[in-house]
Amino acid sequence: MTHRSDRALRVEGLARVEGEGGMRVRVVDGQVTDVQLQIYEPPRFFEGFLRGRRYTEPPDITARICGICPVAYQMSACQAIEDACGVEVGGTLADLRRLLYCGEWIESHALHIYLLHAPDFLGYPGAVELARDHRDIVERGLALKKVGNEILEVLGGRAIHPINIKVGGFYRAPDPATLAALRPALRRARDDALATVSWVAGFDFPDFTHPHEMLALVEPGRYAIERGTPCTDRGLTFPVREFETYVREEQVSHSTALHAHLAGRGRYLTGPLARFALSRQWLSPLAAQAAAEAGLDGGCRNPFRSIVVRAVELAYAVEEALRLIEEYEPPTVSDVDVVARAGRGYGATEAPRGTLFHRYELAGDGTVRSARIVPPTSQNQAAIEDDLRRFVQDRLALDDHRLTHECEQAIRNYDPCISCATHFLDLSVERETT
Amino acid sequence: MSAVVIGVGNAYRRDDGVGPAVVARLGSHQLPGVRLVDCDGETGRLLELWRDADVVVIVDAVRVRHPQPGRVHRRSLDRPTFRGRPASSHGADLGDAVELARVLGRLPRLLLLYAVEVADTSFGIGLSPAVDAAADQLTTEVVATLRARVSA
Repeated sequence: MTHRSDRALRVEGLARVEGEGGMRVRVVDGQVTDVQLQIYEPPRFFEGFLRGRRYTEPPDITARICGICPVAYQMSACQAIEDACGVEVGGTLADLRRLLYCGEWIESHALHIYLLHAPDFLGYPGAVELARDHRDIVERGLALKKVGNEILEVLGGRAIHPINIKVGGFYRAPDPATLAALRPALRRARDDALATVSWVAGFDFPDFTHPHEMLALVEPGRYAIERGTPCTDRGLTFPVREFETYVREEQVSHSTALHAHLAGRGRYLTGPLARFALSRQWLSPLAAQAAAEAGLDGGCRNPFRSIVVRAVELAYAVEEALRLIEEYEPPTVSDVDVVARAGRGYGATEAPRGTLFHRYELAGDGTVRSARIVPPTSQNQAAIEDDLRRFVQDRLALDDHRLTHECEQAIRNYDPCISCATHFLDLSVERETT
Repeated sequence: MSAVVIGVGNAYRRDDGVGPAVVARLGSHQLPGVRLVDCDGETGRLLELWRDADVVVIVDAVRVRHPQPGRVHRRSLDRPTFRGRPASSHGADLGDAVELARVLGRLPRLLLLYAVEVADTSFGIGLSPAVDAAADQLTTEVVATLRARVSA
């Protein structure tokens, strides 16, 4: 195929991503002219669905947007509604929210590392084949995932679409003994997470770096998870309430998800690489050491090595969960009163895949008048497409099969949750000769 | 004998919510020893859910090219057609979950899949009439199956 100068690549089925979507690459005269990550879902459905609902309902409703990261949606929704009502939830309740979020990071990162991404690097078509040869490794991944699940079950009431979360806090705060019972499993998970970092750090990574500006929440003093101020690695900082001024979304013809860019600056990247770039100085000592031993102490701009960064974040989330449980003192109340009032509120948290922004406008009686949700995958869409463009350009000598496989792997670097931006995802790579 | 019934689907995608709808309807029946849960169908979660169960029942929606909404496909673990990529409305792959469980020695004693053909997976809540009727019928069938298997 190397003699062809004009061709198009189409991949009809992208496996091991959350959802369904499409991918299309066009090459003319030896130059990649067009790359499209196709996302089909009407993304504004949930926003429309939220209009007219009570202000207490968005956390439960938006949790249904994504089965993989419901906590992220609940936390961003709670924060935005509390902001609209002039309430800030702090102290132990905020710590419990961070603990809940750690559970989601652990579960999501373990899923992506072990079942979705690692098979790419080891030459297996999927987790089943990986498990045939390395049962113990897959068992380790499932054990890590289970610990995350257990945190969600204890704090959230259940692992999928947690029901114990409410505007203002929790329906019921856990008793210390229940949380303490998680510690043995978390201690084992800490060892497993550190072993995970060593394991994935030994993979072979293509020589590839991205040029994108990186955006993540920053909370000086600790690794931002459930709150923070949006910052980029090129010095841009703005308050959460200005998010829509700085992040502009536009419709593109090949996707029903909106493309986001930074006003006057262009495409950008959110997610583990961005968080690591902006907050790695606040990792726990153990996670920082693991990152250094994995060769990440100088930062990381290779999207393929995002699996290593995820593993470091996995170790951090486990350690942080242990710390939060050890310091836990039951709150006097499980939630604070949030009285509805007319106004706008803004919330942003770090979902496993990146910054998740919510904005709600409430009427005086607590009815939701409008809602805006900006999920990480739609923010990353332009950056993913740009990566593909440059990645394919340098690999045109590969045959269709190999190139298609490597494109899929490049997309999986971002753990795209098309379920968040969309529900169904199909990946396609096309080739055609002109 | 312990059992778990797993409703796979999204109640905000109309007929896609048939699995959770059956699980909700089962809640009004006396089924000792039976756990009722909803799930998005993700492989790892399915494996955890059926880890300690002798009998696993999965109710899911399927999209087919020419659907007869409400038609129910019944599969058990020993049927080879259970493998591969079922026409599930979810990105999750039930076939992978079964294969992974097999490799890891985590298969339940009995695994039953009830797959309901659906037509409307647009955004919104509520089942279409044919799928709603199938959910009622399926609820009755699953109750009978569980009472026969679990209490045996």
